[in-house]
Amino acid sequence: MANLSRSDVEHVAHLARLGLTDEELARLEGQLNHIVDQYAALTELDTEHIPPTAQTIELENILRDDLTRPSLPRDEILALAPQRSDDYFVVPPILGEHGN
Amino acid sequence: MSTDLTRLSALEMASGLRRGDFSSVELTTAHLDRIERTDRVLHAWVWWDRESALRQAGEADRRLTQARSRGETGPLLLGIPVALKDLVLTRGEAATAGSAILSGYVSPYDAHISEKLKAAGAVLPGKTNMDEFAMGSSTEFSAYGPTSNPWDLERVPGGSSGGSAAAVAVFQAPLSIGTDTGGSIRQPAALTGTVGLKPTYGRVSRYGIVAFASSLDQIGPFARDVRDAALLLQAIAGRDDRDSTSAPVPVPDYLASLPDSDDAAAARLRGMRLGVPRQYFVAGMEPGVEMLIHDAVNRLATAGADIVDIDLPHTDYGLATYYIVAPAEASANLARYDGVRYGHSIREPGGDYIADYLATRGSGFGAEVKRRIMLGTYALSAGYYDAYYLKAQKVRTLIKTDFDRAFEQVDALVAPTSPSVAFKFGARLQDPVAMYLSDACTLPVNMAGLPGLSVPCGLSDGLPVGLQFIGRPWAEATLFELGRAYEALTRDDGWRSILPRDLALLDDAATPSAPERAAAMRAA
Repeated sequence: MANLSRSDVEHVAHLARLGLTDEELARLEGQLNHIVDQYAALTELDTEHIPPTAQTIELENILRDDLTRPSLPRDEILALAPQRSDDYFVVPPILGEHGN
Repeated sequence: MSTDLTRLSALEMASGLRRGDFSSVELTTAHLDRIERTDRVLHAWVWWDRESALRQAGEADRRLTQARSRGETGPLLLGIPVALKDLVLTRGEAATAGSAILSGYVSPYDAHISEKLKAAGAVLPGKTNMDEFAMGSSTEFSAYGPTSNPWDLERVPGGSSGGSAAAVAVFQAPLSIGTDTGGSIRQPAALTGTVGLKPTYGRVSRYGIVAFASSLDQIGPFARDVRDAALLLQAIAGRDDRDSTSAPVPVPDYLASLPDSDDAAAARLRGMRLGVPRQYFVAGMEPGVEMLIHDAVNRLATAGADIVDIDLPHTDYGLATYYIVAPAEASANLARYDGVRYGHSIREPGGDYIADYLATRGSGFGAEVKRRIMLGTYALSAGYYDAYYLKAQKVRTLIKTDFDRAFEQVDALVAPTSPSVAFKFGARLQDPVAMYLSDACTLPVNMAGLPGLSVPCGLSDGLPVGLQFIGRPWAEATLFELGRAYEALTRDDGWRSILPRDLALLDDAATPSAPERAAAMRAA
């Protein structure tokens, strides 16, 4: 049986940068435990010598020529920014008293 | 007007346009009128743009005239409306992916498939409804409200590409585009009585498609018959440098290999070896569905196909494997919605960047997306990676090996698409695992990267059932041959002439809309 506690759920929500209400956290605690319980079925399988599959087509080392190409128009991209200052995106401060 | 142009197949539309029986403006007008009459109730579209569609149709008519004057035919899609799932970017237009976090977003560029469709002269009237970020099997997780199933307006059309499936089923468009990560094309195709193909992983470039799970996502067509589906795949398939997972594999001429005559189409079955995977007749499968699938297999056998029982022993592990791999990849892909560069954004006074992310993402994502991000983050988090994600990738190898072994014995597999017919609004909303089981017969195909085609195979209690053909990598042409052969075998079946039961209610002013109906059913 999976056993995610309320504080585990809060920790995962923080890692995922999801602000959840108490009600959401309570509901997710039950649902995540129920879903993670289904994962236990996989422990029945011996996979010690099985290689993992990350993708299914045998393409490797896809390279392209290193050419200069026009990028997307700056103004159109910046027009989508929630906050913009001239030619820059405005980001929240990540250094200072809140940073680490 | 004597004939309803919307009832024609896409190929018939292409012929009519070339003969000059009607123009693309007339054809597009007929579809727009139909959307405007029926979509308040059905809610298959997030948005459409009449003016833009008619402008595109006018341009298509000019190209048709020009082609005719040179004795050319032009691309087959020229002048034909194609509905796009609302996660396909089209330059200068909205793309919500069914999410509030992309409300107000305007695509700054065209997806690869949008470029291809525009170059072919297809008319793109707008975008269809979907589960948020393609996570769901019912289209109930759209931030813009659910879509109804035209066979019974109290039921879901499947998902996540439910809008694309429903639009084609009710003649709002002859063709549409969906995406399929665990069944999101095939399952709604089955539940709406339409044809839907999930191509081989790598067949279609995903440049400009909102990502869900990058090792699984694939783009594919919906249509009302197999030849039309082949026509649309032809237009979008092929290598594109901007998606390094799109494969440099030649794209055959799909239509050329599909016979016009029913007899010739059915004759292709002779000597074909088809495997029936016994594990796909899952516990909890509806008896009506099971009966129709067995009937379909018998028809294929009678027509000369060699039917072989096949074991895919790791099928039962598919669901758990998928619900580790897909959420893990989703949690990484959806990290980009940070409220800084585009989309919904909340900046808390005081400037703590973590608080901004928490508020933006907590208010921008819906319940199912949050659930998947949580699952994925948990599966990838320190101490759990080996137990969950790595383990799932290894089981994925076992699932893929099952298919590899099967294809040493058979040319294709034949199976149910969905274990059940369309379910009622709300029926699986409170139980995520019940919703996830909707895709038990489709998601192993994504895990193995294979192509899968769903074609209608009859009605159970008046609701459509889908038959799934699964092929070797790159064998879409074989699937089209099989689907076309099955159409030929069943052409005189009574169910083939039955239209969606609630079609007439769609343009009735007294009928509640899909969101109203779903809300009333939740309240009851």
